[in-house]
Amino acid sequence: MLLVPAMIMFCCGVYGFITRRNMIAILISLELMLNAVDINFAVFNRYLWPQAMEGMFFTLFAIAIAAAETALAIAIIINLYRSANNIDVHDLNKLKH
Amino acid sequence: MDATLPILILAIPLGMFLVLGLAGYKMSHKMAGVLGCLGMGTTLVLAYTTAFTYFFSGSPEFVSAAGERLQAVIFNHTWLAFTDKLVIRLGFLLDPISAMMLVVITTISFMVHLYSMGYMRDHHGVFERGFQRFYAFLSLFSFSMLGLVVATNIFQMYIFWELVGASSYLLIGFYYVKPSAVSASKKAFIVTRFADLGFLIGILILSYYTGTFNFTELTSAPVEGLADVFSVSETTAQSVRSIFESSATPVFLGGSVLTWALVLIFMGGMGKSAMLPLHIWLPDAMEGPTPVSALIHAATMVVAGVYLVARLFPLYLMEVSALEFVTWVGALTALYAAIVACTQIDIKRVLAFSTISQIAFMMVSLGVARPEFHHGLGYMASMFHLFTHAMFKALLFLGAGALIHAIGSNDYTAMHGLRKYMPVTHWTFLIGCLAIAGIIPFSGFFSKDEILSSCLGNSTFIYIWMSLVAGLTAFYMFRLYYLIFWWKEHKIPEGHHAPHDQPWTMSLPLVILAAISLVAGFIPFGKFVTWNGHPYDFMAHFDWSVAAVSLCVAIVAIVLATAMYRKENDLPAKFRAALPRLWTWAHHRFYWDELYLFITHKIIFDRICRPIAWFDRHIIDGTMDAFATITHAASRAIRPLQSGQVQLYVWWYLLGALALGGITMLCLL
Repeated sequence: MLLVPAMIMFCCGVYGFITRRNMIAILISLELMLNAVDINFAVFNRYLWPQAMEGMFFTLFAIAIAAAETALAIAIIINLYRSANNIDVHDLNKLKH
Repeated sequence: MDATLPILILAIPLGMFLVLGLAGYKMSHKMAGVLGCLGMGTTLVLAYTTAFTYFFSGSPEFVSAAGERLQAVIFNHTWLAFTDKLVIRLGFLLDPISAMMLVVITTISFMVHLYSMGYMRDHHGVFERGFQRFYAFLSLFSFSMLGLVVATNIFQMYIFWELVGASSYLLIGFYYVKPSAVSASKKAFIVTRFADLGFLIGILILSYYTGTFNFTELTSAPVEGLADVFSVSETTAQSVRSIFESSATPVFLGGSVLTWALVLIFMGGMGKSAMLPLHIWLPDAMEGPTPVSALIHAATMVVAGVYLVARLFPLYLMEVSALEFVTWVGALTALYAAIVACTQIDIKRVLAFSTISQIAFMMVSLGVARPEFHHGLGYMASMFHLFTHAMFKALLFLGAGALIHAIGSNDYTAMHGLRKYMPVTHWTFLIGCLAIAGIIPFSGFFSKDEILSSCLGNSTFIYIWMSLVAGLTAFYMFRLYYLIFWWKEHKIPEGHHAPHDQPWTMSLPLVILAAISLVAGFIPFGKFVTWNGHPYDFMAHFDWSVAAVSLCVAIVAIVLATAMYRKENDLPAKFRAALPRLWTWAHHRFYWDELYLFITHKIIFDRICRPIAWFDRHIIDGTMDAFATITHAASRAIRPLQSGQVQLYVWWYLLGALALGGITMLCLL
């Protein structure tokens, strides 16, 4: 039953990731998806192997990684903003060349 | 015999080719010419020494106790050993005909080297452009031809056979700025290459069934058996022969394997020796410098076909139908070329057709040779004629070269009445004409007489046919002679000085060759060259009735030519008017070239090559082009996908992932 909110969270994340143009908003959507996955880990651990704790630990591990990753992403966004004065992804397509 | 001399005979011309070819352009013209002459002169001395040792030393290596001449393999280097049986060797075979050919080739080649010193420069004595290249090619040719005649196996012969073809191509196209020379060289190369295809197939068939390339094994004589000096025991030699005598070999289109192999090998000879219908290249080959025509296209290379048949003669004897084929090809060619020679205007063309006709004589002579009749007289006669013909035809060509050099034209219409101006050329040319016409005591009389005798021994029809051709020979040669040196007073074009005889470098070869043509008939040739090595004294069997008839025929023909061409008159014109059709056909060489052009252009190019080209261009290339076009179009179509919009990528990724997931679900369900 707890998988349903996780599913809704994930879909919101995907929707946000695709539709939002602001990089910060995209980053937030990404976090949403990550957290939905974390919930899945915890839920599956609780229901399928109640004695084991690996799922829980993996969730904690993923949260830590996500924090580091967010810091990195924000650093990139700030640098991008400094150079391009803009964080709208539709205008940032120079990498295609 | 020590192998030093034979190796040097081959090495000196090859070395001279490399030196003159690589460093010639740095030398002065004169230096290159002198070097070439010296190299050839040395080779001449060595070849004479070798031939002299072979014929006169009497060493047991060369002559058996019973007095028969043996085949001696001086050295036989294993060049390529593919398997135990398939071994290709390069070596030096000394037997009567190769020793004789060594003498012929080096003599003519040296004469031509010397003569070219004078010929290859203009009237002010300035050497022609490419003079060093000319000498380099002459050396290459001499090397190849010498390698051809001393070949120990048929494969070595084929290698050198192609080499002489290549050097002939290079020398015909010597004046490469002249389009006619270029196309003539191409024609010669393509026609002979086509013939060599047959030769190669013949070699492959022959060696497939016999398991050997070696002449010694292939031709060890069936009756007496030439003792085998080299490595092959009598039993192997016999077994090689028995392969074909057994009925185990297959039959194809009514001919045995041996017949086909021999006919195909003879096809190579037909190409090189310009037999009908592969003769078309030789008249055009006259585009080359005249000394080249004398050396390659009269005296040596064109007799390679005769030499080939002579070399494999014991094999041909096993298959008489192949010999009859040789006879008929020769007889038809002889008559054809003789008729055409009567109507040509270009003096070199007349000589070219006369060469074709004379080589055909040698072929016929080989074709009618049978051991039953005078111990294979035809074989000896053929080789004798080869020898004498090489001398007098080289003489005639060099004489023609002197005339062309003095007049600057190939047509007799520009010559007429030159006898007063060029006495040396006149007299030597006359000797050449008398020799080829077969007047006693000139050399051609003896050799031609033996050919006719052996024809008579085979069939009267061939004898009458060849006597007729001999008469025609005398007629067209004297027609040429009178039209050049008599007919009417020579008209010197305005602004030109009178034509005069040539420098000594050109006169000396003429005089030497004339002297040889005068006396060569008295060489007791049968003592040296016979098909099985047994000496044969033909003077003891000399058939005076045949000699008298042939002499009469020749004299009648000469008298006729004298009546028609000695002084300007309208007899030739009347003659031409009486036989207009024949004259036109003969003048256009019976339209052989046109026939070839028709076959190649209208049939092969238009009917076969064009559809194939269309197929290649549209179907094969089209398929390949379609692949490229499709790939290109596909890449253009999917290029907009890489837009740089990260979110679009995610969209595609998501759709893809969903699709994959859906497919997996479907499969699992």
